[in-house]
Parts: sequence; structure tokens; C-alpha cells
Amino acid sequence: MAEAPHERILIYDRIDANKRSTLVIMAGFVLLAAGVFTSIGVIVSYYAGVQDSELLETSIRVGIAAAILASAIAVMMYFLAPTAVLTISGAHEVTKEEEPELYRVVENLSIGSGLLMPKVWVIEDGAPNALATGRDVDRAHVAVTRGLLDKLEKRELEAVMAHEMSHIGNLDIRLMTIVAVVVGIAALIADIMLRFTWYGAGARRSNRGKGGGGIGVILLVIAIVFLLISPIIAGIMRMALSRRREYLADSSGALLCRNPAALADALEKIAKDPDPLEAANKATAHLYIAAPLQGHESFMNKLFATHPPVEERVRLLRAMA
Amino acid sequence: MEIIVLAVVVGIVALLVFFLAGMYNRLIRSRNRVKEAWSGIDVQLRRRASLIPNLVETVRGYAEHERETFEEVTKARSQLENANGAAEAAVANNMLTGALRHLFAVVENYPELKAADNFRELQRELSDIEEKIAFARQFFNANVLSYNNRIQVVPSVFIANMFSFEAEEFFETDEEGRAEVQVDFSAGAAVGD
Repeated sequence: MAEAPHERILIYDRIDANKRSTLVIMAGFVLLAAGVFTSIGVIVSYYAGVQDSELLETSIRVGIAAAILASAIAVMMYFLAPTAVLTISGAHEVTKEEEPELYRVVENLSIGSGLLMPKVWVIEDGAPNALATGRDVDRAHVAVTRGLLDKLEKRELEAVMAHEMSHIGNLDIRLMTIVAVVVGIAALIADIMLRFTWYGAGARRSNRGKGGGGIGVILLVIAIVFLLISPIIAGIMRMALSRRREYLADSSGALLCRNPAALADALEKIAKDPDPLEAANKATAHLYIAAPLQGHESFMNKLFATHPPVEERVRLLRAMA
Repeated sequence: MEIIVLAVVVGIVALLVFFLAGMYNRLIRSRNRVKEAWSGIDVQLRRRASLIPNLVETVRGYAEHERETFEEVTKARSQLENANGAAEAAVANNMLTGALRHLFAVVENYPELKAADNFRELQRELSDIEEKIAFARQFFNANVLSYNNRIQVVPSVFIANMFSFEAEEFFETDEEGRAEVQVDFSAGAAVGD
């Protein structure tokens, strides 16, 4: 293993796979969002007193409008997602003068990987962690927490950034950023809708007194099913994304910085750190190099774990060294 | 009947041409990547060479008797600037690294020089460049490896021979090159902060 072949960093078929997956997820999002919007529309019409005989026609009209709205949101999402992720994480951009060491490390790694220099951001949070985002290899961003800069040695910082550069190089960033926004929006919609539905059901009972029957009930059931499964879909989607991806970024990152042991040390430090990362939430958790929401070890969190276990990643890296 | 045979033959030929053209394009792209990667090294080598006169002047101000060391550094620099091709540049660059190591060893005897701001700034910049050369070299060599493999394996070797694609040189360094760089940097940083 004298030289790291170029393909290990810029794996062309991984780039294609990521482009494809992004498209699939965006399409899935449009369908899901259109479904949810239609459900909202239908529930509203139902309670607004639209007769059962007109309900199907109304649903179709609402559905078309919902599809257009969902597509528009998807396009906007595609362009705004990286900014949204950085804003939600409370990151601020830094210059070479402000963070010379971090900046130089990223500069060196972009030379080593043949990538364009990404923008460098810092998140003022004591927990050590890092993420990469962006919709293109040429317009990428890397963000690190203040804790990472304070707690890691230079060689460890270099290894962490090499991991992030690998995410950029094989375009994981596009997919992972879109997923973050989709999960965020899905969680938001599900939350709002659930409340709305309970409130609506209560209002309906008191206002109309008797059941609507037929199509109305079926559509209502479909709407509720949609609402219930959307967070689950989002969770599964995110889980499927992240795990293999992290192993890959670990190994190509280790090749890029030529120091698998440093990455292993860094991961151990990050995992053992007691500070919770307050900048992270469920939507952005999978973007970070190591799971930021540890300590909330519920059954659901384990089921939808965003990262492979650190012990396993460290073991594989040590085997490389 | 004849038309069908003709169509099949034309189809096969067209497919073959398509296939060969694709192979040729991949070789071209691969070679262009090597050139691009080389410019990454070249930029850093130039930056390094351009710092040398300034460095020599600064050191001369404090240690004018060390003529031999200056000459060694200046000679290595001009060799680097006149080097042709990756292999030659690598040899010259290694020479310059060695000469600079002598120079910095000499500087140890001049505490005032060691503490001078512009000297420390130069030292920091040089170690930064050395690191960048190491990374650029890694990227360049990976590209050379991938290109050389491509022009040597079947079936693209036939295309490579037909259009005389030639193997590219690696940018080799002393085995401990990368380790030295890290030591240099931490020494520079310790002095700097």
C-alpha cells in the first residue's frame, strides 16, 4: 500500500450512485410531500363540508396543486439545502487569518485529493465534531466545532478533515445534505399534521355530530397512515445512507492523510467526549463524522442509528495502520 | 440477404470504432489529469524556489561567514528552477531540502537570527510549502500510477502504442520525506507561537 490510487478518493461510480440516489430521494420527497399536502387539503375540504359525491373530484384538484407545490419546494430545497444545514448548525465562515492551522490543513488536503478548496466554517460548540455539506464537489463546505479545534492534535484534525474531504470527493455531501433537509421537513410536517388531525377530529365530533361515511373515512385513514409512516420512512432512508458511507469515508480519508491511526484516535476522542453537541438535531445528525446525539440511547435511536459503532470503525482503521 | 450481412458488418465496425474511441478518450483524460496534477506540484516548487533568495539574504545579515551553506542552497535552487520533468525536479527538490536542512542547522548557532520575525515567518512559510509539496506529490503520483497502468494493460495498451502514449515519471522523494515535514512543522510552530 505504497500509494493511494487516485480512484480511492474520487470514486467515479460512487459519484454516479450518489447522483442517482439524490434524484430518487428528491422524487420520493415530491411524492411524499404531495401525498401529505393532498391529505391536508382533503381533510380540510371534508371538515369544511364538501359532500362525499364531490370529494373525489376535489381530491384530484388538490392533488395536482400539491404536486406542483411539492416540486417547487424540492427545487428550492436542492439549491438552499447546504445553506440551511450550515445555518441550522450555527456555523460561521472563517478566513485563513482567523483559523490559519485549520485552513492550512484543509488547503493541504484539497491539494492531496485534487479537489477545489471548500469553504471553511466553525461551529461554536464545545463538543468535538465535524461535517461536510454542499451540492457540488466545486461548491463544498466543511464545518468543524470549536471543541474539535481545541481538543484534537494537528494530525488528528488532519485525519478528520481527510474523512470530510472524502465525503466531498465522492459527492456524499449532496445526498446527505438533501436527506438532512428532507428529514427535517418530514419531521416538521408530521409533527404539525398530527396535532392538526387530533384537533380536527375533536372539532368535527362537536360540529357535525354524525359520521360522513364512505370515501371520506377512507381518505381520512389514508391521510393518517401517510402522516404516521413519513417519519419512519425518513428514519429508514437516513439509516440506509449513513452507515456504509462512513466506513468508506474512513478508509479513503485514512489513505488521503496516510494516517489511519490518527483518524482512529480522533474518533475515539470524539466518541468519548462528554459534551453533547447542541448544534446537532435529528435532521443533521448523520452529517457529522461521529454520532452527535449519543446519551439519548432509546430503542428508536438505536434502531435508526445514523453511524456505525465507533469501536468497529476504530478497529478497522487500526487494522489498516 | 446481402443487405443483412452488410448491415451486420457495418454495425460491428461502428461498434468497434466507438469502443476504440472511448478507450482513446479515457487515455487522453487520464494523461490530462497527470498534467493538471503536475501543475499542483509545480506551483509549490516555484513558491519554494522564490523564497530562497529572501531566506539567504536574511540569514546572511546575521551569519555572513557561512558562505558554503549559502552556495549549496543557491545551487540547489537553480537546479530546481532548471529541472526538466518530474524525476529531475524531484531530485533537485530533495537536494534543496538537504541544503535547507544544513542552513537551518547553521542557524541554530545564531540565536538572534532564530528569534528574528522575518526569519521565523520565512521558516513557517517554507514548512507550509513542504507540506503542500508532499500532498501535491501524493496526488500526482496517484494519477501517474493510474495513467501508467492504463497504458500498459490490455486492451488499452494497443491504443497507447498506436498513438505513442508514453509512461509518465513519478515524483519520488526520500522515504522519510513526509515524516520530516511533520517534524519541521512542529518545530516551526513551536518557535512561532
